[in-house]
Amino acid sequence: MGDWSMTSPLGVSMENSEISSISRVTLSSSRQNHDSLYSSSLPLSKSSHNVLSAFCIEENVPQCILYINQELSSLGLASMCIATPVEATLNSVPALNAMYELLQAQRRSQRSLEALEQDLLRTSSTLEHLQTGNYRLKDQLELLKREKSGLHEKERQLQLKIETLQSCLKSEKEEIQKLQNIIAGRASQYSHDAKRKERECVKLKERLGQLLIDKRDKKLAIDVLNYLGRSDGKRIQWKTGKAGTSHEGDMYKSLLNDYEARQQSLMVENSELKKVLQQMKRDMMYILSPHKPCAKASPGDDSPERGFPPAGLEGQDEVGECSRENLDQSCEKAREQLTYSIRLQWRRLKNHMEKLDSQVSLAQTQQQSGSEEAVPREVHEEEMQRMRLEVQQGKDFIHTQQQLLQKQLNSSFDDETAALLNDCYTLEEKERLKEEWRLFEEQKGNFERERKNFTEAAIRLGHEKKTFEEDRAAWLKNQFLNLTPFVDRKKYSLSDSQSALSIRSEPELQQSYTPAKLTKSSTYNEFSTTYSSISDGLPSTTELYRTLHLIQPETRHSKRGSWQEPSSPIRAENLFGKSKCSVRCRDPCILSLDKDGDSPI
Amino acid sequence: MNFSEIFKQSNQLCRISPDGRYLATCVQYRLVVRDVNSLQILHLYTCLDQIVHMEWSSDSLFILCAMYKRGLVQVWSLEQPDWHCKIDEGSIGLVSSRWSPDGRHILNTTEFHLRVTVWSLCTKAVSYIKYPKACQKGIDFSRDGSYMALAERRDCKDYVSVFVCEDWHLLRHFETETQDLAGLEWSPNGCVLAVWDSCLEYKVLLYSLDGRLLSSFSAYEWSLGIKSLAWSPSSQFLAIGSFDEKVRILNHITWKKITEFEHPATICSPKTVVYKEVEKRPVRLHIITRNVCPTDEISQPPFQIPVVKPDLDRANPKVGVSSLAFSADGRYLATKNGGFQVHALSWHSNGDSLVLIGKEHLCLCYMDTEDKSTDSNIWTK
Repeated sequence: MGDWSMTSPLGVSMENSEISSISRVTLSSSRQNHDSLYSSSLPLSKSSHNVLSAFCIEENVPQCILYINQELSSLGLASMCIATPVEATLNSVPALNAMYELLQAQRRSQRSLEALEQDLLRTSSTLEHLQTGNYRLKDQLELLKREKSGLHEKERQLQLKIETLQSCLKSEKEEIQKLQNIIAGRASQYSHDAKRKERECVKLKERLGQLLIDKRDKKLAIDVLNYLGRSDGKRIQWKTGKAGTSHEGDMYKSLLNDYEARQQSLMVENSELKKVLQQMKRDMMYILSPHKPCAKASPGDDSPERGFPPAGLEGQDEVGECSRENLDQSCEKAREQLTYSIRLQWRRLKNHMEKLDSQVSLAQTQQQSGSEEAVPREVHEEEMQRMRLEVQQGKDFIHTQQQLLQKQLNSSFDDETAALLNDCYTLEEKERLKEEWRLFEEQKGNFERERKNFTEAAIRLGHEKKTFEEDRAAWLKNQFLNLTPFVDRKKYSLSDSQSALSIRSEPELQQSYTPAKLTKSSTYNEFSTTYSSISDGLPSTTELYRTLHLIQPETRHSKRGSWQEPSSPIRAENLFGKSKCSVRCRDPCILSLDKDGDSPI
Repeated sequence: MNFSEIFKQSNQLCRISPDGRYLATCVQYRLVVRDVNSLQILHLYTCLDQIVHMEWSSDSLFILCAMYKRGLVQVWSLEQPDWHCKIDEGSIGLVSSRWSPDGRHILNTTEFHLRVTVWSLCTKAVSYIKYPKACQKGIDFSRDGSYMALAERRDCKDYVSVFVCEDWHLLRHFETETQDLAGLEWSPNGCVLAVWDSCLEYKVLLYSLDGRLLSSFSAYEWSLGIKSLAWSPSSQFLAIGSFDEKVRILNHITWKKITEFEHPATICSPKTVVYKEVEKRPVRLHIITRNVCPTDEISQPPFQIPVVKPDLDRANPKVGVSSLAFSADGRYLATKNGGFQVHALSWHSNGDSLVLIGKEHLCLCYMDTEDKSTDSNIWTK
């Protein structure tokens, strides 16, 4: 900045007018550099000198000159050759002119720059000014908008007010109209009455005038032929004070009668209402109290019931109150007590109902949410799960079993041999099974037969025993009776006859049973042996039968069941039937045998 | 129904005797007494002037014939046709005449309501009652005939005097709180006297027999008030018909309104049975004054009653409940509202049927006693 003042005297005089421009400050450094070119006395910075020296040095002067020439010509300044074309030397006049023109150009450009800068500054300031103005206006606009809305609101309220006032006005007008109508009606009524009265007044006046004029007063009189008796037949009484009092008395009596009648009816109504209230109270107490025993019996039950044992206890108090109430019905206190107790019961009933309602709603909500039923439902679910699991397990087990079975069956062989083997195996088993069944059946049949025989034998034994006893008795009798030497002959004959009888009976029986016992199985002997093992003391079956000639010795049959060899089936049947009957009547426990025995025949 | 021959009458004076044995009719100045069953003329009396009012005595032995213009009252006896009685009010004139309940006294109201003269037919006694009030219903006898209530007005104030009919002893005399007493009526049990104000003020005052004010009732102010009033036969209810077309019922224990009946022009209630008379063909039976106009059809709700809007500017407009009648058992209340041409309505004593008497017609209405659910029946023409 300090150099600035220095340059002014050095600078050309025509540039002095432009010194005042502010833009010079910025250009001072460049100007300084340029000015330093002219003045040698300036304490030039070595750098500029060096710059210049970089361009032009003593060696490349002609090139510099040429270059500058070119530049000048390109710039279009002075198309003057500052250098002589022959010698590359600097022509001073054109050079000075060129320099002068350059300076001029420089000054011009600087001036334009300054002007531009000024314009820029100006525009920026105007811009700022405009911006501030804009902001201000925006704020104003906001304010105004708010004001506008506020005013709108006020206007609306005022409108409402206007409407209400208008409606008020209308109603007031209507009321006024109504009142006016009323007034009009009354006025017309008054005028009507007034007119009537006036007419009457006029008539009165006329009458009065007439009377005054007339002066002939027609007396009022009654002309009766004869006076009548009173309608009730009594004589007329003198008008005394007593009559007055008696009338008063009568009047009061009638009034009292009426009041009494009314009071009676009210009392009746009252008592009926009281009864109704009592009944209601009892019903309410009954409704509330029966929960008491339930609560005691099942304490784990619903919760509301537990809350009501006090109701029962209090009910007992109230029963006492009831009796008290009944005693003095008309007493004020009793009435109050009754109403109080009714209210109490009602309140309790209401509470109860509310509780029930809340419970119901709770239950409903819980049902919806599923939490109250959660416990049983969960348990139920668990049970279901478990059962499903079991079912699944069972199914799996069955499946595995099936698989194993299949595998086993199809394990080592191919299909055909496996099937064949299976078949063989099963066939063999079947055969064996059949055999065993047959054997079993045979044995069963034999067993039954033997049982039958045994029973029959037992019966026969019984018979024989009986006959033997009879024989013995007879023999003893004979002996006793024939205590003579000639006893022996008779005895033997009798005994023979007896024994012959017995023996004779046997072949019959024997005959009957032989067809039945013709066929025997091979295994019968085995059975008989078993029997013999069982009954030690007794003779074996076969021995018995042999002695009785029931069985034939050592017959053997392969077949079983060829019962179709009846020699005399009919007879056998008959005898069998007889024996059956006898068996039946003797020994009921052998009935089953008959049934068994019936089957083969 | 059979019809008898036509008999002449004048001034609509046909009365059947209280015991129901005789029928008395007036033809100009003659009084004709017939037997009810045979309609034979039993007696024929001649009065001095055209009979304006005729009344049987309560024991059916005497007939009163009043001739207001001449100020004469003549009494005739049925037992003794020769017996005669003439009462001359003289120059004072006669406005109304009536029997007392015992049938032995005649009360004459003089012209301009100057006084009420009580003539006795048993004695020569004459009683005067001053300042009777000229109103809609100024005199009323209690049902048992022992007391008479009379409205009086002195010094611009209303009073009620209670007389014992036996000897016309003044029992009570008290002032009423009315502006302008329009009428009074005893309750059927004779213990309460209902006093009502003129139509300019809705006010009903209830006095006991001994003159104490029991209660007062006022439904509204300023508009026209009570038009008609009726006691129920048991004295339990008091029905008040007013100009606002409503009937209000008061109960006898609290004397407060227990219910209110309206007479709307449009009836929407389904419980209401509306009978509409349909003019089929107006049968001109000029000899019979009975309208043979038969069919009443039951109209369906909502029913619009043809209402003629009366002129409200005139005095005593034809609007409001003008007549009320309780049936004998107190179950039904018949009301007439508006300007319908029904002059009187009265119930049969067993409470089953109702007679509507119009200007030219009369109508007998039988209640459907089986159907107890009907709330109200309305008959219109």
